[in-house]
Amino acid sequence: MTREPRIAVVGGGMAGARFAERYGALGGHGSVTVYGAEPRAPYNRVLLADVLTGRYDAESIALPLGGAEPRPGCEVLAFDPEARTLGLADGTVEPWDELVLATGSNPVLPPVRGLRRPDGQGLAEGVHTLRTLEDCGRLAEEAVGAKRAVVIGGGVLGVSAARALAALGVRTEIVHQGPHLVERQLDHEAAAVLRERLLALGVECYPGNRARAVHGGMGGPPAGGWGRVGAVELANGYRLDCDLVVLACGTRPRTALAYGAGLPVGTGVLVDDGLATPAPHVSAIGDCAEHRGIVHGLAGPAWEQADVLARRLSGADPDARYTGSRPRARLSTGDLEYAAFGAVDETLDPGLDVLRITDATRGSYKKLVLRGDRLVGAILLGDLATVDALAGAWESDGPLGGHPLHLITRGVLR
Amino acid sequence: MSVRAPCGPGAVREVYRARNTRDPDVKQRTARFLGMTLTSPPAPTAPTDTHCPYCSLQCGMRLGGPTADAPAEVLERPDFPVNRGALCGKGRSAPALLARDVRLTGPLLRDRPGGPLRAAGWPEALDRVAAGLARVRAEHGPDAVGVFGGGGLTNEKAYLLGKFARVVLGTANIDYNGRFCMSSAAAAHRRAFGLDRGLPFPLADIPHTGCLILVGGNPAETMPPALRYFRELRENGGTLIVVDPRRTRTAELADLHLQPRPGGDLALALGLLHLVIADGLLDKDFVAARTSGFEAARESAMAHWPDRVERITGVPAHQLREAARLFGGAETGMVLTARGPEQQSKGTDTVGAWINLCLATGKAGRPYSGYGCLTGQGNGQGGREHGQKADQLPGYRSIEDPAARAHVAVVWGVSAESIPGPGRSAYELLDSLGRPDGVRALLLAGSNPAVSAPNAGHVTERLRALDLLVVADLVLSETARLADVVLPVTQWAEEDGTTTNLEGRVILRRRAFDPPEGVRSELWVLRELAARLGVASGFPVEAEEAFDELRRASAGGDADYAGISYRRIAAEDGVFWPCPAEDHPGTRRLFLDRFATPDGRARFAPVTHRPAGEEPDEAYPLYLTTGRVLAQYQSGAQTRRVAELNAAAPGPFVELHPRLAERLGVADGEQVAVTSRRGRAVAAARITDSIRADTVFMPFHWPGAGRANSLTNPALDPVSRMPEFKVCAVRVEGAAYAVGARTEGAAYAVGAPAEGAAQAVGARTDREEVAG
Repeated sequence: MTREPRIAVVGGGMAGARFAERYGALGGHGSVTVYGAEPRAPYNRVLLADVLTGRYDAESIALPLGGAEPRPGCEVLAFDPEARTLGLADGTVEPWDELVLATGSNPVLPPVRGLRRPDGQGLAEGVHTLRTLEDCGRLAEEAVGAKRAVVIGGGVLGVSAARALAALGVRTEIVHQGPHLVERQLDHEAAAVLRERLLALGVECYPGNRARAVHGGMGGPPAGGWGRVGAVELANGYRLDCDLVVLACGTRPRTALAYGAGLPVGTGVLVDDGLATPAPHVSAIGDCAEHRGIVHGLAGPAWEQADVLARRLSGADPDARYTGSRPRARLSTGDLEYAAFGAVDETLDPGLDVLRITDATRGSYKKLVLRGDRLVGAILLGDLATVDALAGAWESDGPLGGHPLHLITRGVLR
Repeated sequence: MSVRAPCGPGAVREVYRARNTRDPDVKQRTARFLGMTLTSPPAPTAPTDTHCPYCSLQCGMRLGGPTADAPAEVLERPDFPVNRGALCGKGRSAPALLARDVRLTGPLLRDRPGGPLRAAGWPEALDRVAAGLARVRAEHGPDAVGVFGGGGLTNEKAYLLGKFARVVLGTANIDYNGRFCMSSAAAAHRRAFGLDRGLPFPLADIPHTGCLILVGGNPAETMPPALRYFRELRENGGTLIVVDPRRTRTAELADLHLQPRPGGDLALALGLLHLVIADGLLDKDFVAARTSGFEAARESAMAHWPDRVERITGVPAHQLREAARLFGGAETGMVLTARGPEQQSKGTDTVGAWINLCLATGKAGRPYSGYGCLTGQGNGQGGREHGQKADQLPGYRSIEDPAARAHVAVVWGVSAESIPGPGRSAYELLDSLGRPDGVRALLLAGSNPAVSAPNAGHVTERLRALDLLVVADLVLSETARLADVVLPVTQWAEEDGTTTNLEGRVILRRRAFDPPEGVRSELWVLRELAARLGVASGFPVEAEEAFDELRRASAGGDADYAGISYRRIAAEDGVFWPCPAEDHPGTRRLFLDRFATPDGRARFAPVTHRPAGEEPDEAYPLYLTTGRVLAQYQSGAQTRRVAELNAAAPGPFVELHPRLAERLGVADGEQVAVTSRRGRAVAAARITDSIRADTVFMPFHWPGAGRANSLTNPALDPVSRMPEFKVCAVRVEGAAYAVGARTEGAAYAVGAPAEGAAQAVGARTDREEVAG
């Protein structure tokens, strides 16, 4: 008699939850347990900025798990690929037959003085990350009484967080080390339009500026009796007074578990097209996985990897393969909306051509970056009417044929 | 007033106009312009009130005549509420099929496999059928004998076909083409509401709702007389949202058209539910008081945030927000689905997701609100209620429910144990034909799977592999041409019977004319076969007698017809089921007090998006979706025999976007080859910007080289067993690659044979062999 296989999923984010739900729905016979370090069952992290604004209740963003058993508050410290066991923080050891690493990523803490408490126990009072519902809860609580906030980092998370804080009535400034906002997804012009739009919401942005230190209230670096945060000092010497700091300096794959078990780790946990690691019966998906040299760090590819792995492990399609994603970067919160694809800075390569429509009146900016007949990158900001056609062209990755103007202007047939 | 039409396709629209207008001057002018002869209606000698033979609207019509140029004359029946006198070209031209030269007028037999069909007398044909069925049953067991029915059959026929299968043949293997029609909506209906009736309200409620979302339906072409309800909705200030990968004539009427990828409907509904929750449009009181299972549905919706749904469906997030605001913000609202979302391998879940949206916004079980399905076939509703479905007994009873079996056994005068269990679903039944453990002798009525089944090339092979194929039809359909025995049966104007339209309104079809000598009703055929197979009673030939037995069999079931009589139907313009007693008024609106579930609460479905059975890839980079055109109906077996309909829609075509056409180097009207993993079809390109650039569309009404169902994917929905007609992956090649596979459009019209039956049959058999 064969026992039903035990599937252990480590990590209760988008990838882990989607895998668990799909595995059951596809008829997988194993029992699935989802281990999560956070005290809650899996929820949709993508929506955190709008939990902050109050658009969603914290309870209402839970993700479906199908028949899988959630084990929240259950941090996995180690696993043994030989013995096929997990070691939990409470000292217990759990066996598995298939292990799915979906450990996600951690926020990157920038090298800024005064971020941490002097005793090293966590972040200084008033300094927040925005990665978990707990983070979100604490930030929301403090935002109630806050007057001014500084967001360190002007990537997509920083912009979302700043917009959310502004919506809560907190005067917010973004300090961004890069040359312009969201430089990994937007070009200089798009970022300028975005900056205008943020300004209209009451969010001031300082790109090209590095935060050097966080100071306690009443001036001066806090010593001994640590007070609340009072200001952020920039590298150029300016001080931005504030009573809240949000760190949004990107994320880094959580690979310690895999590394500790002796699995090969690059930027992320290395996986093949089957999303398998070299260790038998150990797979990795989502933000922690590195596939063909790429760590996506986006929910879309995480979902797609989860679907492929669920097909493979459930037996619905034992040969299922993940061959990569052509993801889009997407911001859509309230009035702020853009979609960005691929490489958008044509100045890096003289072989690239650009087709661009700037509409200052309507606050929109649209751009195609082309190499001959191929789409290399694109931005739609403020007017996403053609997002479907553009995404189709981006995902199919073929020659565009004809004039590509329809990809950025509706009403143009060809 | 009837119109003699000139030839030529361009004139057809004018002919319709001349016929449809009530202004005699316009009529005369148009007629003069076209050089037509207008004849005044002869004083109708007792015209008969009946209904159109085609779609699930079952429009009221009055039949008079015959006239000098038509076997019958279609007159308005303005007092019938569903269509208020309006008819489409299909209904108006239906009498053309009464002509002797387009229909079967006597049984046909094939003496040896591969030999020609020849004329035969009824005794010989029936003896042959009975002997064949008996032999297969004796040699291979009762389940080797199968029955395949149709959603166009009357309730009485469907009921007795089911009884014949279970009582006379003793087989579990009976199913019908309705499985290909609305089975996903039916399954989702039952899961959510505990009851499946196409619409829980009369069509006349539609103009009074605040916002209506029509998902994957195109009534402008499939049921034109219903379109007025949608127009009136907008005239009353309501909002119409249409979801369709094509900008159809219906979509053009809409306030908002969402144009998802084929297969995106489930994610779209989840995305709208997500926004309803996020934007505070949830009707918490309704959810608390009248539903169950919301938590799980909410979790699913939370996994489908707008950006994700945009990526899956291609519908921009800002359009999702607008749709959620329009629907969630309206006081009342309806969602209607049709084959688009239903004919998918996730059809049941897709419909469930749309029902979830209704439940979350409190738009169900209240006046002018609710979810409904635009059923397709004429008796698509009644046909699924009375026992020709593999898993059901009359009255929409489950064949696995001991109480249901006991009740029906009493009505049938048999033991409950003798009633077989559930059998194979339609595609699985067809796929099993001629196989060692499958069905080896098939009795088929009112269906044309050689054209209409998915993966039709394969299904045709299976039909050819049978020991015995018996087809009862009014014309020599593509499937009938494959048969060993063809039995000519009566059609709508020649028989009494009831059908149940998409509203759950049971209506009465009346005999206006005698059928030609040599044509018999299915009821007569079943009685004769039953007698030959040793069951001497229980198969009435009179429809009303059959209906009275059906009433008893359905009594106490979900679809309870016990209180409905022919007299009441005629007096009340139809009676809505459930109607458990003669003094019961019938049920026009369902669920106003409670849903038909054990606890009275509607159930949310915990559904999440999943890909289609086949998604585009490098080898097959485009979506194919299939559908209908205005002037043809289903497999075309009837409408392709009507000259004016053929003139309006002469043959298959492939709709493709100008950019795709440019990339392929294809010009409008050129032949293109469409290829899937299952087959190939060739038809003329029709270039239009109304379709997505990643999708091609083919109508499925034609056999031969342009048969769309040569391509479609028989991936089945796990609950409803519905095949995935609406999504598969194909590649399209231009004329250069399609050379040698050219077919003339005219070949798709079924020419009226000039000579007598035997010669005509010979000619058709030849053509069949050429085409095959």
